[in-house]
Amino acid sequence: MITAESKPIDEIIEYIRPYRRIILAGCNECVTVCSAGGRKEVGILSSALQMAFMKSGRNLEVKEITLERQCDPEYVEELAPIMDQAEAVVSMACGCGVQEVARRFKHTPVFPAVNTKFMGASERQGVWAERCQGCGECVLAVTGGICPIARCSKRLLNGPCGGSTNGKCEINPETDCAWQLIWDRLKALGLEDRYEEIMEAKDWRTSRDGGPRRIIKEDLA
Amino acid sequence: MKTYSVLEKVLATERFAVTSECGPPRGAVPEKIKQKAELLRGYVDAVNVTDNQTAVVRMSSLSACILLKQLGLNPILQMVTRDRNRLAMQSDILGAYAHSINTMLCLSGDHPCFGDHPSAANVYDLDSIQLIQTVRKMRDEGKFQGGDDIENPPKMFIGAAANPFADPFELRVARLAKKMKAGADFIQTQCIYNLDKFELWMQGVRDRGLHEKVAILAGVTPMKSAGMAKYMKNRVPGMDVPDEVVKRLSGVPKEKQPEEGITMCVETIERLKEVEGVRGFHIMAIEWEEKVPEIVERAGLLPRPKV
Repeated sequence: MITAESKPIDEIIEYIRPYRRIILAGCNECVTVCSAGGRKEVGILSSALQMAFMKSGRNLEVKEITLERQCDPEYVEELAPIMDQAEAVVSMACGCGVQEVARRFKHTPVFPAVNTKFMGASERQGVWAERCQGCGECVLAVTGGICPIARCSKRLLNGPCGGSTNGKCEINPETDCAWQLIWDRLKALGLEDRYEEIMEAKDWRTSRDGGPRRIIKEDLA
Repeated sequence: MKTYSVLEKVLATERFAVTSECGPPRGAVPEKIKQKAELLRGYVDAVNVTDNQTAVVRMSSLSACILLKQLGLNPILQMVTRDRNRLAMQSDILGAYAHSINTMLCLSGDHPCFGDHPSAANVYDLDSIQLIQTVRKMRDEGKFQGGDDIENPPKMFIGAAANPFADPFELRVARLAKKMKAGADFIQTQCIYNLDKFELWMQGVRDRGLHEKVAILAGVTPMKSAGMAKYMKNRVPGMDVPDEVVKRLSGVPKEKQPEEGITMCVETIERLKEVEGVRGFHIMAIEWEEKVPEIVERAGLLPRPKV
């Protein structure tokens, strides 16, 4: 899923300082799962913003709403009937949701309330970690199901650098060395020999380097 | 001979090769390169020029290599894949060869978080093995990585690094084999302090006969003080400094520690000479180039062969 973290409240206050009426829009998908922008977080942020405004002697009207998916026009449309009640939208969705709201409502400013982080998985309660960079051409079949592009700090495709120590990355003892994980997995699968097959220079066109990407599914489009 | 590299020619003799290192200055001061060049002249076969080492901005390796070349030394162009993509790296290789620089060391480089621009983008379009492949393709096929023909292809003698002390240890021989498969002609190792572990790695190298197909230069760095030894032990990623090293340096008065460090370095070289498969030494005297002549002399590596 896509993970996100709340922005500092002072930053959000700074964005909405000129306004008195806002829509605070959560999203029921990824940001709900990672507790950054679901219904619960909408309620908490709404109270916090109103209190902050009150402290400075101003009133802030907040219309709270949590959409099923902010990255989907069908659900974003649900904002249309209430849009005239607001001078601005604060979106608690990931960057995709923020942009979809901005695209639909051309005359209303939209501000992000979270920093979108990465595509990841939950390691344990309350901890998420990066797993995929969306390079567009998956290499997991040859790396034992562990992605060196997302999980090696240098996205090295052919093995660990000289900074791998006790299974950890040189940048930080909290970060696993992806190549240690890959090696352990190849061993467990009896595929150590595969390590010496060179992974050729990657074609990054399928990644962000090829420009903004689209998928067109002919049978649906 | 694949190239005009002096290092390649020295390695074709029976003698041990000797390389050292020149870290470019943090400013547009060619005089500093010249000073270091004069300290090393006649004592080493070739001089590695580091490429923004420890992810700190310095004069470019290529420019410093050109300065060394003009002074009549044999520079080894170090190139890390951290800062530039495949276009930039290949154009620098052409530029280097146009200045008769014919020896390279291909590296991935330290992560930017260690340097003076921790907020920099981390490029890694290629990794070190793919850079080795690229340089070999340029030399042996006369083609760019992208496939087009090169007019007067650069004939580089290709080096790679090996760190026998990093983890996972059991993969480190395979990693060497992979770099050779990609096209490495010579290897310069991480600084060796843990000789037992190095010998264990070399045993693995010999078991596969790899030492017969690639020239391994053993890396050494003299310790200036017990403080430096502790720092390298605890702070430098991928460095293996056994307790005995720290203890021995700590056991002599502070003013005698540099001398002890040099002696230990010379002793290390003497022991490494006995290790089958070691073809030379890479002496990295970090900001201590003035000691290289003494180390080379005391280790019995003079005179350097004329090739």
